[in-house]
Amino acid sequence: MSSSVAGTVSPTRQAMRRLRRDRSARVGVVLVVGLIVVAAAAPLLVRLAGQDATTYHIDLLDPNRGNAPAGALGGISGTHWFGVEPLTGRDLFSIVVLGLRTSLTIAVVVTVITTVVGTLAGISAAYFGGWYDAVMSRLLDFLFGFPQLVFMIALGIIIPARFPRWLLLILVLSFFGWAGLARLIRNQARSLVAREFVEAARSVGSSGWMVITRELLPNLLGPVLVIATLAIPGYVGTEAALSFLGVGVPPPTPSLGRSISDSIAWVYTGADPWFLLFPGTVLFLAVLGFTLVGDGVRDAFDVRLRRTS
Amino acid sequence: MPDLVWFVTRRLFAALLVMLALSLAVYLVFYAIPADPAHLACGKPCTPDRLEQARHFMQLDQSTLQQYLSFLKGVFAGRTFGDGTAAVHCNAPCFGYSFPLARPVTTLILDRLPVTASIAIGAAILWLLFGVSLGVIAALNRGHFLDRLAIGVALVGVSTPSFLLGLLAILVFGFWLNMVPVNGYVPFTESPVDWAWHLITPWIVLAILQAASYIRLTRSQMLEELNLDYITTARAKGAGESRVVLTHGLRGVLVPVVTLFGLDLGGLLGGAILTEKVFSMQGLGDLLITAVGSLDVAVVVGVTLFSAFLIILANLVVDIVHGVLDPRVSHG
Repeated sequence: MSSSVAGTVSPTRQAMRRLRRDRSARVGVVLVVGLIVVAAAAPLLVRLAGQDATTYHIDLLDPNRGNAPAGALGGISGTHWFGVEPLTGRDLFSIVVLGLRTSLTIAVVVTVITTVVGTLAGISAAYFGGWYDAVMSRLLDFLFGFPQLVFMIALGIIIPARFPRWLLLILVLSFFGWAGLARLIRNQARSLVAREFVEAARSVGSSGWMVITRELLPNLLGPVLVIATLAIPGYVGTEAALSFLGVGVPPPTPSLGRSISDSIAWVYTGADPWFLLFPGTVLFLAVLGFTLVGDGVRDAFDVRLRRTS
Repeated sequence: MPDLVWFVTRRLFAALLVMLALSLAVYLVFYAIPADPAHLACGKPCTPDRLEQARHFMQLDQSTLQQYLSFLKGVFAGRTFGDGTAAVHCNAPCFGYSFPLARPVTTLILDRLPVTASIAIGAAILWLLFGVSLGVIAALNRGHFLDRLAIGVALVGVSTPSFLLGLLAILVFGFWLNMVPVNGYVPFTESPVDWAWHLITPWIVLAILQAASYIRLTRSQMLEELNLDYITTARAKGAGESRVVLTHGLRGVLVPVVTLFGLDLGGLLGGAILTEKVFSMQGLGDLLITAVGSLDVAVVVGVTLFSAFLIILANLVVDIVHGVLDPRVSHG
């Protein structure tokens, strides 16, 4: 921390500079920004294509092939950019971009919640220590070893149908998600608590809240940012997995995971692989993009993990 | 050695406490259910009289705590619902009784367990072998083609949801190339060859995905390890390169790999459940999802608790292996 010396650059700025030079991180940023723009503009794009995600187009199906889309590549045409869904003939482009919007929204909201909760829990455990820290550590151990997916599926039985599923998804993913971040932040913060500047702040009578927000938090921004960015692709994947298993967002809200699940029968017979390939590729690109950015941020901020080769 | 015995005892005790706390929590959560299982069982028309009868028979008229205690008793000593000729027995270990399916939950779970266990255990063995060896190869060829290839495989593995890769594998190897069966499960007892043949794609798919983090971990750990003083000493004393890598380097890799494996156990079960669905195999995941759909609380609670117990048990084993591999763990 020698940023007070004239002519040196702050660690954050150094990290940003390293990030800009990282080629795979740049690819990631392009992917992420592109997908976020598509997701944000999804309703607009759908209208631009002159389509919606609910209208049936039975005339575009081929009854001789079990109502798979007529025509090559899943029925791609100037009006149906990704072709149509088999059986219903709904516009696949609309379903995919609106589904992406659902996935990204849930993932980002969950990341914000878990980052705030996890950071506060981790820092306070490290700062206060004692029995509070012990209880927190046990709780984290417990959440870690928990069969989360099983529990998330099982929860479906006690939540009344009128409770909005997207909200349930956000709550459940957040409930299990903050633990990983809390543990990492706790370990990082523990080494800070013993340092002189924290001791100094305490000795002049700063309250616990002041020490946490003014002294500890600014020094932990790097790790928090790294862990949060690396967490997003995980939530995109889990949300898709839950929808794939039929316990995610319910129809008619489009969802990438549910489309992929619907495509299973068409993949087994090979009748319409495009029903898998379009939503699948978009899901893959979303997870890949966030992972590349997360890896880049980690390499740029975390000195110990920085690439040596 | 007494240190290790003391360590194992302490861990056993802690695991037992966690199991108790967890079962109570799960029980309280799931018996807050608004849909009354007795209502489903009593049929139509459901008179208040018959509903009361059904509730009494299913022991739902007891308090939640009482129900929990009967559940615990059932796990160790079995339990009986109703009396006389209509009585239903559920032998120990009884994880509840499914009235809609008219079978003990334990039997239902044991019927499905081989499917999920086959997927999970096979994949775990494969990914440990695959992940650690690729990681070592990458570390030894640092910066060269094989290293880049391993890092690339790891990146794709981290970024692909298991169900997506599974379906792509079915499309390519099952349908287009027609090399492997598309879906379905064949019991081991029926035909071991067909069993493995149907499981080979799910194993490889899960292994590739999970191996990713093991490749990354092994590679970085191995690179660190090979730069340590004692490795230099070993080399200076004239030990062959393969001996240095396999006996000295690999030992340092094992402890973090075991730690990561312990953390992955919860995910292993989840991965197996997703894989089941992709390959249309009727395992624990299918049992659970169907039970959620039909509001069969006994099965939902049974499967949830059973998977939690499995994971606590497996974590216990990992902990003990950890203690044996790294004496610092059991002494500290």
